[in-house]
Amino acid sequence: MLNRQGRPSAPQAHGVSDPAAGMGNQAARLQGDANRAAGSTAGSHPTFTGNKALAQIEPLLFEIGRYDTTGVDLDEPEDFKPRLGGLERKEPIGLPGLSEPETMRHYVRLSQQNYGIDTGLFPLGSCTMKHNARLNERMARLPGFSDVHPLQPVSTVQGALELMDELGRYLITLTNMTAVALSPKAGAHGELCGMMAIKAAIEAKGEGATRNVVLVPDSAHGTNPATAALIGFKVKPVPAREDGWVHVEDVKERLGPDVAAIMLTNPNTCGLFEPQVAEIAKAIHDAGAYFYCDGANFNAIVGKAKPGDLGVDAMHINLHKTFSTPHGGGGPGSGPVVLSERLAPFAPVPFVRAGKDSFELVEQASDAAEKPFGRMTAFHGQMGMYVRALSYMLSHGSDGMKQASEDAVLNANYIRAGLADLMSLPFGNKPCMHEVLFDDAWLKDTGVTTLDVAKAMIDEGYHPMTMYFPLVVHGAMLIEPTESESKASLDLFIAMLRDLAMAAKNGDKERFTGAPYHAPRRRLDETRAARSPVLKWTPPAPVAEAAE
Amino acid sequence: MRYLPLSDTDRSEMLARIGVKHVDELFADVPKNLLLKEPVDLPRRKGELDVERILSRMSAKNIPASSVPFFVGAGAYKHHVPATVDHLIQRSEFLTSYTPYQPEIAQGTLQYLFEFQTQVAALTGMEVANASMYDGSTGTGEAVLMAHRVTKRRKAVLSGGLHPHYADVVRTLSEMSSDDVVTMAPDVAGAEDILSQIDDSVSCVVVQSPDVFGNVRDLKPIADKAHQHGALLIAVFTEVVSLGLLKSPGSMGADIVVGEGQSIGNALNFGGPYVGLFATQSKFLRQMPGRLCGETVDADGNRGFVLTLSTREQHIRRDKATSNICTNSGLCSLAFTIHMTLLGEAGLSRLARINHANAVKLADQLSGVKGVEVLNETFFNEFTLRLAKPAAEVVERLAEKGVLAGVPVSRLLPGAGLDNLLLVASTEVNTDDDRAAFCAALKEVL
Repeated sequence: MLNRQGRPSAPQAHGVSDPAAGMGNQAARLQGDANRAAGSTAGSHPTFTGNKALAQIEPLLFEIGRYDTTGVDLDEPEDFKPRLGGLERKEPIGLPGLSEPETMRHYVRLSQQNYGIDTGLFPLGSCTMKHNARLNERMARLPGFSDVHPLQPVSTVQGALELMDELGRYLITLTNMTAVALSPKAGAHGELCGMMAIKAAIEAKGEGATRNVVLVPDSAHGTNPATAALIGFKVKPVPAREDGWVHVEDVKERLGPDVAAIMLTNPNTCGLFEPQVAEIAKAIHDAGAYFYCDGANFNAIVGKAKPGDLGVDAMHINLHKTFSTPHGGGGPGSGPVVLSERLAPFAPVPFVRAGKDSFELVEQASDAAEKPFGRMTAFHGQMGMYVRALSYMLSHGSDGMKQASEDAVLNANYIRAGLADLMSLPFGNKPCMHEVLFDDAWLKDTGVTTLDVAKAMIDEGYHPMTMYFPLVVHGAMLIEPTESESKASLDLFIAMLRDLAMAAKNGDKERFTGAPYHAPRRRLDETRAARSPVLKWTPPAPVAEAAE
Repeated sequence: MRYLPLSDTDRSEMLARIGVKHVDELFADVPKNLLLKEPVDLPRRKGELDVERILSRMSAKNIPASSVPFFVGAGAYKHHVPATVDHLIQRSEFLTSYTPYQPEIAQGTLQYLFEFQTQVAALTGMEVANASMYDGSTGTGEAVLMAHRVTKRRKAVLSGGLHPHYADVVRTLSEMSSDDVVTMAPDVAGAEDILSQIDDSVSCVVVQSPDVFGNVRDLKPIADKAHQHGALLIAVFTEVVSLGLLKSPGSMGADIVVGEGQSIGNALNFGGPYVGLFATQSKFLRQMPGRLCGETVDADGNRGFVLTLSTREQHIRRDKATSNICTNSGLCSLAFTIHMTLLGEAGLSRLARINHANAVKLADQLSGVKGVEVLNETFFNEFTLRLAKPAAEVVERLAEKGVLAGVPVSRLLPGAGLDNLLLVASTEVNTDDDRAAFCAALKEVL
């Protein structure tokens, strides 16, 4: 049974096997209806401030800050003769300040309008929103990591280089590859690094002018074609098949002396492992091309299979997905790229080399015996993320990482099993990897869309799944629970989606199309935002002017 | 394993519900011979205490900036970051959220991004700023590509005062895209004749101020010449605090302003994560890379914020996108915004004056040391010394004496014949004692 809050009243009796689980709770639903009838976030009991208890309205910094206020105590320097060559700023900048207590309150209130992993289940497919252990935060803040400068003498940062070397060793061992380029700053930057290595290798063979096509399956993340195009490759799509897999014959058909590489995501964005991956790799290599693997979904197979064994030449690893460095509302990420023996010589600078009694840092291409293709970024990459990722790996160990992948896959399949009868699986009810993909066929004739379902999930206290991606499936809903969810959490999530599915099928359209009703904002007008973009705060016009 | 909630009983029940006997049946699509039978050859799991011991041991082998007189800069700067900043960015709701794709439950992120964009636009003197790039160097690479799209030309001219790593990033990207790059010779004095390089074939001129040698550059004549020839001026900075005291690049005619925001709110972190600031004029908005946050209203008419103009971006445009960037520097931009809010205009300009004053004081004191010459006419908080000995050697010896003295130019520009030059930075963290220690140690070494 479910209680008034729609939560299971008895832990042992809940779950997808409970026939009542899908039915929802009438009392709670009626309450929801009453709220909806009020139609406004102000509700039927308006307050003077517009706040609603803990739900506070917070103005912009620019509406509460003052130009003469500062929250940092600094003493004005003694008189001195400036040496700025007469290029001093004469005009005010326009940056209001807040005192420390006001700053604290402003940003705490803003944080309370956000949903994070620590708030609840965050099943955003292909994003791997797993638990972010605070041990990793503590480790990243050790002064020997956070308070060292990238260009201080190498002799004073031996521990930092050791950490990079150790992280590299872990990544190479987990993937069975030859080398790693740590410096890329995020997944897409890692893709760029890998594709640059491939381009450099092709040019080294004298085929730069002729090999300029990159095969990209339609199901690929948008960064793949964008990356290939960025460095002058022509993108040739590989169409999707009805089973969600890339077929070796489709690849072979497009292979030729003009093909530089394939960019294949494995496990793919349909949540499936590519069963023909080894054959595809062989076909690619036989044609003199390279196999770039998008490693965004590595979390499904860490400790279960090694990309190097599958024939991969380059793969980026999103440390902010698989190895749990926090997403931070959109970064910072970190996208190290592991490279095969064929590509290893082309890895960019800088890289760490273990010398006889110390670690060296190779910062200039001219200092390398290899053939580095260049440099991806200033300095050495995302050290703060390296520490967190290594802390994660040390904590899990080889046994824990394997278990984590198995649990991630188990959890996704458990959701699949719990929803297969009510929602539609575009590629049939077969095992998935760490994420399960539904399409919107089950919403046919309900007047409810994938977007509406997502917004109704918000009202139920969940972050929605990835919507409308991959593009090869109509109205895609890509659910990735990760290994961080308990069985009880999954059971409630499944019950909630079952209830939504029943509601949609029973014609309770309003529950969806008007949602969210309970979030800090109702549905936002994205068209308006794009039509006349307002991208910064501007001071309101003085009253006299405004009246004209 | 402390991070994994499932018990073996849970696992068995769930496998039964799915209808399989063993979890490996869920991996049936992995070729049998490639599915690993045993855990990979790495150590087993460890408790918190053991992990702390291992990593603390590595950390202890490094010399933190705060523990010594510290004058290292060249693109990353040691500043004091208020405790409030680090507390706030560790709020769960900021730290563990994703890119705000569901704006109704991401107004916290979106509103601070809107504040960030407003602050960056104001600082740079530009009309619009994006929601951040990875760092200043990759932002510079993106700026060059953007200029190529705007001008439909494919040749960039890089000033000899541009940070050599930034120039390397641009050159790497340009070589891969078969675009032309002209790099001026290292310009220690800030006196290069870049104007003569600008003609009708040039897409953009990339000029850093203060430049890597510390010189403060007047961008106005360069902007004027660039505009006469239909080219864009990309103004770069690596020390954002300088904008608290110097004329904004926008007011001098820059078309794109890009730089490193690390100094505000972010630790040194051995090079990353940092936060790239990127701003331009409204007329170039549709060619801009990266995410943008915009204001709108919700169904009840309440103000709210969303990611907008995403038709420029890779997830919509795929191979026609303005950039491949996806994840950027969210949390670092939050740190920037909170620190900037704490400072306000009054605090930022005072911080900038303190930095400049400390650097002037240091330059005066160092120029009194035999074998040391300060080369700069102008500078903000960093300048170039010519030493009587190779700087790399001197820096090592000073490190042995417990002073981290700066960056030898030869580390950034090996083989350029600038081996005796040393870049020295001074910020608000330096004390009279630090300066005295530096001068004393230098006297002994030279």
